[in-house]
Amino acid sequence: MELELSSDQKLFQTSARGLLDKEYSLDRIRDMRDGEPRWNREWWGKGAELGWAAALVPEELGGGSVSGAGVRDLVLLAEELGAGVAPGPLLPVNVVVAGLVEAHGTGPDHTAEIEALVAGESVASWAVYEPGQEWSPLAPRVTATPAGDGFVLDGVKDRVQDAGQADLLLVTAATPEGVAQFLVPTSAGGVTVSPQWSLDLSRSFGEVRFDGVQVGAGTLVGAPGELQVLERQFQIAVLIQCAEVCAVLDRAFALTLQWTFDRYSFGRPLASYQALKHRIADMRTWLEACHATTQAAAAAVQDRTPNAAELISVAKSYVGDRSLVILQDCVQLHGGIGVTWEHDLHLFLRRATLDQALYGTPQDHRLRLADLASL
Amino acid sequence: MESVESFRLRARAWLAENMPRQAGDEPPPLAEDDEPEWQRARELQQMLYAGGFAGICFPQEYGGLGLTLAHQQAFTEESDGYEMPLLLNTPTFSICAATLLDTGSEEQKRDRIGGAIRGEEILCQFLSEPSGGSDLAGLITRADRDGDNWILNGAKTWSTSAYAADWGLCLARTNWDVSKHRGLTMFLVPTKAPGVTMNRIRMVNGVREFCEEFFDDVVLPASAVVGEVDDGWTVASRQLFHERTAVGGGSPYVSGRGHPRTLPKVTPLDVVRASGRAGDPRVRELVGEYLALHRVHGQTVDRVTRAIGSGALSPAAASMLRLLHAEAGQLSDDVAFKVAGAGVATGAGAEQGMGGRAGVGYLMRQSGSLGGGSTEMSRNLISERLLGMPREAAPDRDVPFKQVKRGR
Repeated sequence: MELELSSDQKLFQTSARGLLDKEYSLDRIRDMRDGEPRWNREWWGKGAELGWAAALVPEELGGGSVSGAGVRDLVLLAEELGAGVAPGPLLPVNVVVAGLVEAHGTGPDHTAEIEALVAGESVASWAVYEPGQEWSPLAPRVTATPAGDGFVLDGVKDRVQDAGQADLLLVTAATPEGVAQFLVPTSAGGVTVSPQWSLDLSRSFGEVRFDGVQVGAGTLVGAPGELQVLERQFQIAVLIQCAEVCAVLDRAFALTLQWTFDRYSFGRPLASYQALKHRIADMRTWLEACHATTQAAAAAVQDRTPNAAELISVAKSYVGDRSLVILQDCVQLHGGIGVTWEHDLHLFLRRATLDQALYGTPQDHRLRLADLASL
Repeated sequence: MESVESFRLRARAWLAENMPRQAGDEPPPLAEDDEPEWQRARELQQMLYAGGFAGICFPQEYGGLGLTLAHQQAFTEESDGYEMPLLLNTPTFSICAATLLDTGSEEQKRDRIGGAIRGEEILCQFLSEPSGGSDLAGLITRADRDGDNWILNGAKTWSTSAYAADWGLCLARTNWDVSKHRGLTMFLVPTKAPGVTMNRIRMVNGVREFCEEFFDDVVLPASAVVGEVDDGWTVASRQLFHERTAVGGGSPYVSGRGHPRTLPKVTPLDVVRASGRAGDPRVRELVGEYLALHRVHGQTVDRVTRAIGSGALSPAAASMLRLLHAEAGQLSDDVAFKVAGAGVATGAGAEQGMGGRAGVGYLMRQSGSLGGGSTEMSRNLISERLLGMPREAAPDRDVPFKQVKRGR
């Protein structure tokens, strides 16, 4: 959470929260079942009207942000939606948009796709993970072979968020000239999407097979070997994760603190036991540190400071790790009720666990920090 | 008032003309007898005073320049690379002189603050006692009236660099019939007065910066009282405030920067480079964890300091920084220790080496969660003052101190 918000930012927050609560309460999310769509296009369209896909897009491409600092507004939005463990393609759409905007002007023109994404008429997702592989975006096995004036894609991607509902996939693939990205319609011949199990009840993922998928040269995003575009997508993805986890932690911590006041044992509230007070104090401190590092990373990505890559990995390493320690202790302080289906805590724990796992685990980010420190 | 820029230029010229250049970045080896360094600090302070650059933020009537924090910061920036009396910054100026400025008599301010600024005197604190660390207000060193004088008896400990000091701010109990905070008085005690016995405490890593003192019928005049009789807690509170400010790096009364004569802490990066294990992924992951927490600590200090400043968080939130400070320091010790492997226990040669330093650092690991108030106290403050959880039972609250139970 930022320490100070403008009235426009507050309105942006409350409108997002209103639209989420109206459609997807925690009880609705708890009842979501495998195989059913987690969100509907009409709802996402309304979100797009509120600017959910616009923050990273310059005004000349149909975007705009409430404060003029798009990355920070996106973080604000991720917190609001994260606090409600929202379904929807906030992360994948904004990550793809970030890549398209970053590459704008350097390769084939994607203005129309950007505008459709901002308007909520189209949904896109980044196809970067591959079966059996941990986070390794720079070593894709999916290949894009030049053929005629286009390319032929072959291979398999998985853990593609909202693959089943996406119109477009931003596919990271190997070409003879280096790693490249292609904006491929899911309706293209040879593309097969199949659903994947997800720990998070309100998130869905899919595996995508590319069997001799022929795409035109115009699907290329930027040029092969433009790694700064990938880095930008990666930073936005991690930032959204950290922001929504911070919001999840705020909520779980508030719930747990209140519980210690309300729950009595041996004639006194749990809040009066020093053993528990000390654990709450630790959690409160770690929570503050999670916010601090997320906000610092957001500022660095917003301003494109030279240490943005480092601060992103600092944030993911810390938030990814601490969030689970905090949430598991929230469960412990609740007692048995904390591990029941009817309680909300598992919804928060599911989201934090998912966000910890994807786009590099804390361990991956620690290795990256060692690399960045030229160790 | 002179502009900061004009002051800066004048300082730059004066420093170049008058102050000796620093020998190098390497701190001197830890010596059993560091008296020459303290003597040197006095000389350097005298040079600053003679040149008109001492006590920049202290009022002119007490020997200072009466200028602003911005002037002091400009001088500090200009002083980089010169030998400076860093040993006098804390506790002499940032804690003791600052407290006297808030609460002392005219005579005390003129003589003690002035003496320190002139480089003639060094100050220290006599607060903690062997009978208890966290419960400062429960102290039992006593001062009893004897005509116009006071007679001081008891013991103090953890007094930083008291062995080099001339005067100590000593908190003692003067009234046993009221509750614990109400019966305390602060005194200015000459460290060489008859009846004062002082020992230096040797720490696990060999550092001997702390002292313990015993007071046997030390006679103090009425003018030794700082503030009001039985109102010493007010003075001590200012002292603790100035201590926190100094530790947090925000004191206007320190001049020059860098750490004097401390045993350089071994960082995990030092150990990695010395051990040649940079290629080991286990090591790289550990170091990444250290690098992350090191950053997060700084980011949280910034955020919480701003939030306290704006009123978004209560001052009690500072205790979260104290907790995180301990966590970050201890992770650093732990990572250095793990990276050093077997080198923490014994080495290839007769020298301690980097591995040995990591090992000795590890032995001092808990000092990070003890010094400046234990983390247990911080956790009480966070849960009670920041989050409003019920306070711990305190059988000594509102009870005449003489009735409060004590250990033996």
